[in-house]
Amino acid sequence: MAERSFVKEVEKLRLGAGETFHGEGILAITKALLQSGVGYVGGYQGAPISHLMDVLADAQDILGELGVHYEASASEATATAMLAASVHYPIRGACAFKSAVGLNVASDALANLASGGVTGGALIIVGEDYGEGSSIMQERSHPFAMKSQVWLLDPRANLPSIVQAVEDGFELSEVSNTPVMLMVRIRSCHVSGSFETKDNRRPTMTVAEALETPRRDTNRIVLPPASFLHEKEKVEKRMPQAVEFIRSRKINEFFGPQGGKSGIILQGGMYNAVIRALQRLGLADVYGETDVPLYVLNAVYPLIDDEVIAFCEDKETVLIVEEGQPNYLEQAIASMMHKAALDTRILGKEMLPMAGEYTGQVMLDGISAYLRAHAPQMLAAQFLAPNASGENALAADLAKVVPGRPPGFCTGCPERPIFAATKLIEQELGPHHIASDIGCHLFSIMPPFELGATTMGYGLGPASASAFNAPDAKRRSISFVGDGGFWHNGLTSSIGNAVFNQNDGVIVIVDNYYSAATGGQDILSSRADNRSKSTQHPITDAVKGMGVKWIRHIDRTYDVNKVRAALREALTTEEKGPKVIVASSECMLNRQRREKPLAAKAIAGGERVVKPRFGVDEDVCTGDHACMRLSGCPSLSVKTLDDPLRDDPVASIDHTCVGCGNCGEVAEAAVLCPSFYRADVVHNPGRWDRFMDGVRRGVTHFLQSRREKRRLTFIEA
Amino acid sequence: MATRSKKQSDQKITKLAVLAVGGQGGGVLTNWITDVAERNGYLAQSTSVAGVAQRTGATIYYVEMCPDTGRRPVFALSPAQGDVDILIAAELMEAGRAVMRGFVTPDRTTLIASAHRIAAVSEKIEPGDGRADGPTVHENARQAASRYVAFDMEKIAVEAGSMISASLFGALAGSGALPFARESYEETIRASGRGVKASLAAFGMAYDRATGVAAPDAAEPAAGSAGKDVSVRGPDRLVAEWRRLAGRAGAYPEPVAAMALAGLRKVVDYQDLAYGADYLDRVDEALALDDAGRGHALSTAAAKHVANAMCYDDILRVADLKTRTAREARIRREMSVGDSNVLQVTEYFHPRIEEVCGTLPAGLGRFIESRPGLAKWIDRRINRGRRIRTDSLTGFGALWVIGTLRPWRRGLLRHQVETAHLQRWYALALDTARRDYALGVEILNCRRLIKGYSDTHMRAHSKFDRVLSGLPLLEGRADAADWLRRLREAALKDEKGDMLDGALKTVATLEAA
Repeated sequence: MAERSFVKEVEKLRLGAGETFHGEGILAITKALLQSGVGYVGGYQGAPISHLMDVLADAQDILGELGVHYEASASEATATAMLAASVHYPIRGACAFKSAVGLNVASDALANLASGGVTGGALIIVGEDYGEGSSIMQERSHPFAMKSQVWLLDPRANLPSIVQAVEDGFELSEVSNTPVMLMVRIRSCHVSGSFETKDNRRPTMTVAEALETPRRDTNRIVLPPASFLHEKEKVEKRMPQAVEFIRSRKINEFFGPQGGKSGIILQGGMYNAVIRALQRLGLADVYGETDVPLYVLNAVYPLIDDEVIAFCEDKETVLIVEEGQPNYLEQAIASMMHKAALDTRILGKEMLPMAGEYTGQVMLDGISAYLRAHAPQMLAAQFLAPNASGENALAADLAKVVPGRPPGFCTGCPERPIFAATKLIEQELGPHHIASDIGCHLFSIMPPFELGATTMGYGLGPASASAFNAPDAKRRSISFVGDGGFWHNGLTSSIGNAVFNQNDGVIVIVDNYYSAATGGQDILSSRADNRSKSTQHPITDAVKGMGVKWIRHIDRTYDVNKVRAALREALTTEEKGPKVIVASSECMLNRQRREKPLAAKAIAGGERVVKPRFGVDEDVCTGDHACMRLSGCPSLSVKTLDDPLRDDPVASIDHTCVGCGNCGEVAEAAVLCPSFYRADVVHNPGRWDRFMDGVRRGVTHFLQSRREKRRLTFIEA
Repeated sequence: MATRSKKQSDQKITKLAVLAVGGQGGGVLTNWITDVAERNGYLAQSTSVAGVAQRTGATIYYVEMCPDTGRRPVFALSPAQGDVDILIAAELMEAGRAVMRGFVTPDRTTLIASAHRIAAVSEKIEPGDGRADGPTVHENARQAASRYVAFDMEKIAVEAGSMISASLFGALAGSGALPFARESYEETIRASGRGVKASLAAFGMAYDRATGVAAPDAAEPAAGSAGKDVSVRGPDRLVAEWRRLAGRAGAYPEPVAAMALAGLRKVVDYQDLAYGADYLDRVDEALALDDAGRGHALSTAAAKHVANAMCYDDILRVADLKTRTAREARIRREMSVGDSNVLQVTEYFHPRIEEVCGTLPAGLGRFIESRPGLAKWIDRRINRGRRIRTDSLTGFGALWVIGTLRPWRRGLLRHQVETAHLQRWYALALDTARRDYALGVEILNCRRLIKGYSDTHMRAHSKFDRVLSGLPLLEGRADAADWLRRLREAALKDEKGDMLDGALKTVATLEAA
């Protein structure tokens, strides 16, 4: 079960011709796929595509009714390879994943797919995770399109444009026998809006029909001599077909007046921000009517040379708005000017920053700098000489006060105790080289744990420690990999590699029952029953199957002592070869989502339910915060006591505590203070519960009052 | 050539950003805001950044809206500096972050902020008090915003049994920053269908606060205020003796009296009245060296820290505190345990040989401590985590019995060790105060460093010693007290004392200079 449910919203996918869809970008994309007669879809989760995968999973019934095959692919490479179904068969297929990381993984399949080309439309929806909120290295998807010769659409960020791009993308793919990438930026995936819907279309050929009538064509397979022909075909046949389609279908758009001495060429995804900058400069209205000519590239690769030249030839200068680096569009357009012997000056990264997100302010600064320098007559006086005091004077003051708030482990996260145990074992055995991986567990690199030296890619944690295999060294490496990364490719690239190369390191597989970082999607080792996927394949079995001899399974990660003991043994045992610890406990976010409503219902229904929560005896706590240096849990915080004798705040646990046990376990394992207690509140206690409670409280109250009668007791009013 | 034509349409886009901490329910609030806008004939667009990056971290939601005229406006997807009409911050530091990022400007921004704090990890892990300075944020926010609506919306939400999204929504409605009627906001909540009653209650309370109908919270008691009312109960003989001691403390000049009263309560509660008398004797020593001209800083610090030093944390104290009626009542209150519920309480202990020896009569304790082999042998048998159920008869009984050892505390090893330490430190402080008053006060204040149990306690002691190791280098300098204070503050910054080591090196170079 994913973190977010779209069960209700997917009903909107049934809307027919002439109706209006209201909702989020990811749902609109799904609707567009169905309207386009897609035959199969797949993909791999990862922001901003996670929710698209959740939508598809929740829409399985609707997909099934239309004869559309849906797959939750094992990786982005799998998802892209799946598009091979469109090589020989006229079936439209689509896959989706996060980029640039997803494209990095997929590029082998992408290159092969692009070489042979496709018959049915093949659409790769890439969620560009660039800028604020991104959790990955900052790279562009653009060069993948260039190097594999696939076409890249970057539509304006509104639902009608995105839906249109999906439909155009399939046609473009079929017309040019080339897979098409459709790029959606992180915010456009979650942008709300509306568009007029069409009827869903059944695929012209289903995968079942294709299976029953197999086809093959040696010329479409990547092996010489066909592969040499593919390379020629790409430039001689497919590219011109694509260019012709993009031109004739008017995929790219022109806005604003014709002519003028200056203009802007921009990626479709930049349109809203460019218009906003122009609105703020008084050069565009609320509806996007602009005084500055715009050429909007909804297709950023290939470029349509004559469109570009026609836009530029009567202008003195043109600004290219292209987010990220290198500046491929700017280079290509400047080169076009040169070849066409035009003296239009192409500006881009001189006005806008080479790297980083083009936020509202960056865009405003860049465009106004451009217009001030090259079209000052367009600007009103206040923009010609802007106040230099635009500096935020308060920022400097606040920068000293406002703490950073990077992401971290959630309340009750089962990964926290694993890293608490790791920190404790380092206190015991000294610091180690620790290799991290992609996933929530990467938060270990942040305070309070600060564990982990590198992250090299999904499922590659142990692989990235593979060089550290020195039998004469006194210490072993420790590497982490999550269950998501393990199944993505860690099983072979990391575990298999460690077995084969007889790596002596310690590998910790963090098993939280889901692909948790991406929103709780099921994977092979998930414990949940999934109606259409096969789950409950233990990681320990897979690791054994790979040939690992030393395996320890911890089935409750909150047992800090046990995790520490397993690490101690793994780091000190005489046994050779990889030492694998599988640490399993369910992602608390998902567990709460599952259990909370059930518990509430059970309590309301009169059933006996025990709800745990932790507390701190504030008069026992000395305020040294040692517990927090082994936790960082959002529900464990500091509070000031109304006591003049105390200088430092004490620990305090708020009502969001889920009673995971970490506080108590850590206090015990690290020999911290005895101020933590667990309070189990029994709802709807049985007769025996109540009887025993009565007896116990009777006796304890007797003892308490006996003592308190003989001493002074201070009572705060 | 295009000439300047100021594009002006009658319409204006309203821009609203929400800065929240991941997990606060910013998505729900955003959906409500677009819903209420659409209910009022607006077109609205919301965006957010979902993904792992927002887990418990700072995150942004963004809404743009504009009256629906039948034409589609072009909305932006993220907020821009100087271009936000309404900024909702779901936590105080996020309000500060919004100002820092330039999203709050005096020409137009209504800043609606919940004044409560969610401490960031960096604030929590300092051994001292690492918390950010709230008043500075309030002050800057007030300066930066056109209007500043701030109160504790989390408290309102919790009181109503709802989430902060409901009280933020109420504050937005109450602020009047959007031209929508209260009823349409409430319709939106009703239409959302989940936890409607609680949400409406939180919404209403926050609405009243934002419109000024409801009175603001009574000011939080300032930390360190000693003015709370404490009554005493017990056998008449003890109460009478208490009154005498309390009278003695009360006769001290202010602010010593208030501190000494608090200290006296603490030590009497910890041990007995005779212990209280010892305490006051010690405070008297400081008072003898003190004078009003210096604000009685020395004796106030002595009253505070001597009380803390005398109430060292031992097993007896923990057992005593954990078996009191007041404690049980407090847990039942905090955990909202009703009469129909049963409460079970598990305590986490991890005794080691050190604690055991400390709780033995001094001679026996020392006998074991001086035989490492024996100590190790015992330690192996006791050193492990022990969970004690204080709602059970055996668990409660065990702690209660340990609590009965209290009258014999003075004979236990730990007491002798602690008392010796106290006396050395106190003598050093008072001795120094005779030559350098301010330095003496700072030596007293160094007691703040000693806290924690077991390893943490040992580390604290080592920091205490290291800070005081700077003394020989400092004595005689005019700014010695200031330097000692700096050393202490450095020691409270991190666990291992790296900052302290740096500061000590600086002190060493001072000497050379």
